[in-house]
Amino acid sequence: MDTFIAQAGLGQILDKVRAGERLSLVDGRRLYAHPDILALGYLANIVRERQNGNQAFFIYNQHLNYSNVCTNLCKFCAFGRRKEDELAYEMSIDEIRDKVRLRLDEPISEIHIVGGIHPDLPFSYYVNMLRAIREIRPDVHLQAFTCVEIHHLAEMADKPVDETLQILMDAGLGSLPGGGAEVFNPRIRELTCPNKLPGEGWLEVARTAHRMGLRTNATMLYGHIETIDERLEHLDALRRCQDETGGFLAFIPLAYHPKNTELGGAGNTTGVNDLKNIAVSRLMLDNFPHIKAYWVMIGPKLAQVALSFGADDMDGTVKEEVITHMAGAETEQAIGHKTLIRLIREAGRQPVQRDTLYNVMATF
Amino acid sequence: MKELYERIKAGERIGGEDFLRLEREADLHQLGFLASTVRRRLHPEPVVTYVVDRNINYTDICVSACKFCAFFKSPEDAVGSVLSREELLAKISETQDLGGTQILLQGGLHPDLDLAFYEDMLRAMKATGIHIHGFSPPEIHHFAQLFGLSVRGVLERLKAAGLDSIPGGGAEILCNRVRHELAPRKCDADQWIAVMEEAHHLGLRTTATMMFGHIETVAERLEHLQRVRDLQDRTGGFTAFIPWPFQPDHTPLAAARCIDKTSAVTYLRLLALSRIFLDNVANVQASWVTQGPKIAQVSLFFGANDFGSTMIEENVVAAAGVHFRLSEAEIRHLVSDAGFQPRQRLMDYTLV
Repeated sequence: MDTFIAQAGLGQILDKVRAGERLSLVDGRRLYAHPDILALGYLANIVRERQNGNQAFFIYNQHLNYSNVCTNLCKFCAFGRRKEDELAYEMSIDEIRDKVRLRLDEPISEIHIVGGIHPDLPFSYYVNMLRAIREIRPDVHLQAFTCVEIHHLAEMADKPVDETLQILMDAGLGSLPGGGAEVFNPRIRELTCPNKLPGEGWLEVARTAHRMGLRTNATMLYGHIETIDERLEHLDALRRCQDETGGFLAFIPLAYHPKNTELGGAGNTTGVNDLKNIAVSRLMLDNFPHIKAYWVMIGPKLAQVALSFGADDMDGTVKEEVITHMAGAETEQAIGHKTLIRLIREAGRQPVQRDTLYNVMATF
Repeated sequence: MKELYERIKAGERIGGEDFLRLEREADLHQLGFLASTVRRRLHPEPVVTYVVDRNINYTDICVSACKFCAFFKSPEDAVGSVLSREELLAKISETQDLGGTQILLQGGLHPDLDLAFYEDMLRAMKATGIHIHGFSPPEIHHFAQLFGLSVRGVLERLKAAGLDSIPGGGAEILCNRVRHELAPRKCDADQWIAVMEEAHHLGLRTTATMMFGHIETVAERLEHLQRVRDLQDRTGGFTAFIPWPFQPDHTPLAAARCIDKTSAVTYLRLLALSRIFLDNVANVQASWVTQGPKIAQVSLFFGANDFGSTMIEENVVAAAGVHFRLSEAEIRHLVSDAGFQPRQRLMDYTLV
């Protein structure tokens, strides 16, 4: 197969990938510019198999979007609402308890909690939320609050980020999801999410969390107005942060969905664009253990194919996902355990049910 | 395996054993690279074609009752219908307004309509100037039996009335074991091939399809491809090969036994294997109707060089619970985004 890669003009990059050498931003630009998605997939697959062998991970999780009230109102988002909007909602702690109780009979190992930047819910609300869930499901891992939410929570608590995190950890916080990273570049933030925590602030929260022993994920929202160089700059910032802390677990490229957003745009990302972002991320983020193909965003079909293009994780069974579906995602709300296992097997991979920290819970 | 790859790269034909070996041992990347090599040999220009057309089903009444079908109505069922001449002509006119060049005309195996009905229908359609890509071997075979004519006789009559080409539907899996189990009242594999052979001799070009992912074995998939390749060696009459996976929702087959929907990886592998094996069929189509836009686009790297049709109307797959829609502009965007040049074509693959 190497001759195909050489013919595609990627022989030098293949040599670097084989030798485990870090790819430069110039290499990244060549990869993004390359028309042959097969060649990129082949290269990414070398890194993927070196790091994760033939395993493909999934998790049994529950999504909880506690409120869509948000002061950021990013232009690429169809989920956030002003407090006075008739579609605005916020769950009471009792409602959250009910949501968790409703699925007590399922083998859920993680509850994934993300909401908006709510202007006046007190810090105690978040602490109580974690405690309440903890009481009902003491064994479940709570992956909660993006770096953007943590920064806001620290402001609500009027405490530094590390103290805020410590209180949340004491209440049951287990790790942070990777959302809110979007694209770090200030031009993109100014145009799409001017009210949001800047990229450097996001990275600083992640660093602080890592220093305190919390693992976190990282994302990139692609397919809107960002340039290829801005994507690469984003990946590079994450790679440098990971060199410092080693605290990131997974990188999750998120496909922009334009429907119902202020930013709008021509249409959904294409399959080639999705696979390219997964492959290039896998190749550039050599120090990230995992690359996730989030099927809610790109569909189960493409997520399955992505397992040969650099991804080693399909996320979870996911129920009650609201954020992407508000933006017109036509994917299912949930796919069963059995379906995930079958898709992974048919992709020629070994299905591995993991917990949040990628400990193996079961293999199939 | 290396030797096998070299042979494929050198443009040599592969045998059945080679096919089975690739199916077992080659990974997704290898199949993609090999299929792309074959595709590039046949189509050196980075062009991906599509046709602007509409599927018109003149009737959903069908005596065949295939177990994998969610579209047909049995003749006793009062809800079955035959499309009126006015509706048919209105649909053609709409198609032409949208720049459409052809109609894919297909129906169930209706028990009562006479040959004059079909001839009149074709003549009325032909008067609009549109290309009629019509019927399928099971329909032609059914007509021959119903009207006491030879297959050749039926084809000559239909051709004289305006039939331009024949879609390759009803092939399902060209293996009699599978057909006896799933579609016992439909023409068998030999009869399907015989209709196509006769059509090719009369100068009617046709496509060939394959519906896989139900009860067939890998060896039976190979048998299907082998029969298509053999006939193509004799006649050269196939313009394209179009594989798509069985869509189980609302079908009697899925109600009777548990059949999982074919996954995207299995689809891409079969597509690539078809491209590699069918070295004498010029074009391989992506099935966006069953796979959706993302996988259809990715399939351009797994041997497909054609995006099929815009399908202004489609009813059969939709009846099985799958509702992807794509406009001509979207098809063109997907093709360009994948690095290919989109070109509208006619049934015979001449560019518009």
